[in-house]
Amino acid sequence: MSERFIASDFDVVVIGAGPAGLAAAISAKENGAGSVLVIDRESEAGGILQQCVHNGFGLDTFKEDLPGPSYAQRYIDRAAAAGVAFLFNTMVTAVSRDRRVLTSNDRDGVREYRGKAIVFAMGCRERSRAQIRVPGTRPAGVYTAGTAQRWVNIDGFLPGRRFVILGSGDIGMIMARRLTLEGAKVECVVEINSYLSGLSRNLVQCLQDYDIPLLLRHTVTKIIGNKRVEAVEISAVDERWKPVAGSERAVPCDTLLLSVGLIPENELTRRVGIEMDPLIGGPVVDNRYATNLPGFFGAGNVVQVYDLVDSVSSAAEIAGRSAARYAAGTFAADCGSMPVHPGKNVRQVVPQRICPASLAEDPIALQLRVAKPLEGPVEFRVIGGDRILVRKRFPYARPGEMATVMIPKAAGSAFRETDEVRIDAVPLAEGIE
Amino acid sequence: MKRNMICVTCPRGCRLQVVKDGHGKLTVSGNFCARGVKYAQIELSDPRRMIASTVRVRNGIHAVVPVATDQPIPKALILDAMALLKRVVVDAPVRMGDVILPDVLASGVNIVASRDLAGRDAAWSP
Ligand SMILES: Cc1cc2nc3c(=O)[nH]c(=O)nc-3n(C[C@H](O)[C@H](O)[C@H](O)COP(=O)(O)OP(=O)(O)OC[C@H]3O[C@@H](n4cnc5c(N)ncnc54)[C@H](O)[C@@H]3O)c2cc1C
Ligand code: SF4
Repeated sequence: MSERFIASDFDVVVIGAGPAGLAAAISAKENGAGSVLVIDRESEAGGILQQCVHNGFGLDTFKEDLPGPSYAQRYIDRAAAAGVAFLFNTMVTAVSRDRRVLTSNDRDGVREYRGKAIVFAMGCRERSRAQIRVPGTRPAGVYTAGTAQRWVNIDGFLPGRRFVILGSGDIGMIMARRLTLEGAKVECVVEINSYLSGLSRNLVQCLQDYDIPLLLRHTVTKIIGNKRVEAVEISAVDERWKPVAGSERAVPCDTLLLSVGLIPENELTRRVGIEMDPLIGGPVVDNRYATNLPGFFGAGNVVQVYDLVDSVSSAAEIAGRSAARYAAGTFAADCGSMPVHPGKNVRQVVPQRICPASLAEDPIALQLRVAKPLEGPVEFRVIGGDRILVRKRFPYARPGEMATVMIPKAAGSAFRETDEVRIDAVPLAEGIE
Repeated sequence: MKRNMICVTCPRGCRLQVVKDGHGKLTVSGNFCARGVKYAQIELSDPRRMIASTVRVRNGIHAVVPVATDQPIPKALILDAMALLKRVVVDAPVRMGDVILPDVLASGVNIVASRDLAGRDAAWSP
């Protein structure tokens, strides 16, 4: 259990003890915050990583291939050494514009904490059946892939014997392998798009290694069963995702897992009136991870769903540093920021605003996703007015894999001559300017 | 011989084209970094993977503790290694890096705990 806090006032209060909250808290401490409190509804720190037992974490941060819990452990140990305070088993129910944080737990009932700066690090949650509307009966045996992951990897039980997985997201593919290794049968992974939604490496090491079929351009059109799932009906779909008549077939199974995407967890953020990016579902932030409400910062998957936890940690460090500065009164509230718009072939970009003045201190990383797979060489162009300010080439760009374009410090003066920028993804076959 | 494969060494997942000439020499293209060449060589001669799982814990704050290989293990041994892990039970507290199964199936690979896991009655704060 965590300690009982006498104090109610902290320089920085972080909501969520996942990798984002941990990195933000450590960074706040390292950047001069005297007292930092991290609050989480779970009984321990680490967030979702505690159930992500597979490898693949930390290649950027630690140059090592770590399992999720090991990546978390390193940050937990660092946070303890830095003197970060934790409050577990505690739900944050609301925050106010003057930075009061309302909490509720069994021991203290309802209690209020105050932060000079607040960091939102609540992570994301999975889309569920309600959000994708699969027709049919409502028997037991339909779960999100992440719920099943928690049952298998933390609570130690298998929720079924014969699985169908809907959605080719990473969590679904990783669970396909995990369940197979635990002795269950995974009949197939069904993906409505004509391309994989997760990383290609997971297609190889999670599905192909174990001969698990991937059905692209298919979907589950019906769930069959009374008390428990007995089968699902799978159909091919056309380009507009409409089931093709006559293509349906029933696949016997006792469990259907949904791996159909993640959405940032932002009820608290919305309710306090922070400006949101409607497409991403996270707060609009600048490159310092400041929201439009002074003293409120966003870290990790609340801002956008990152592919890699390494990028979560590095973005969260910036958020933690900003929060420490805000608490110390050295944060420039009005930095003269300008919007960054997603342009041609680009679906989304974070941060949504940049402060050119920040370039005096650090380069700025723009993280973006393309709107459709671009399989040939692509050039990303950051454009202000009619000038290309930054270019970066990639051998390809895919919606499932986030791309990072760095704005170098040297570009600072060029950005001062414009008041908004746009970023395009230009396939090079279409002609180089 | 010509083969297409996806390098799984890092999340970039480069698409490799691998050509083996008459003398067994490999030419790899499509790789973003040198590790891709190494991956192609090993994948064709002795394919290996990192594997992760869980083992039962007595008196721990959770029912199981996550474990993983400390280096890639030959693919052919994965299912046998999993069967061995199913029979293991450890006592809490567990420390990250504790060796749960040494030298699995004489492969030279150890299976180690991925995190600290406190005992159920221990006062635990991170
Ligand atoms: C099921 C699942 C599996 C995933 N698998 C992978 C993977 O294999 N690889 C990968 O790189 N990424 C994976 N991700 C993405 C993963 O979320 C991020 O990589 C990383 O964990 C994000 O860190 P975070 O700190 O932003 O969020 P999280 O790790 O989700 O942490 C958020 C924390 O906030 C707490 N919290 C939320 N709301 C409140 C509240 N109101 N009051 C108190 N506490 C609150 C939660 O309890 C949680 O501990 C997965 C995500 C999910 C949902
Ligand atoms: S070739 Fe290099 S960059 Fe490409 S997937 Fe392999 S390790 Fe990653």
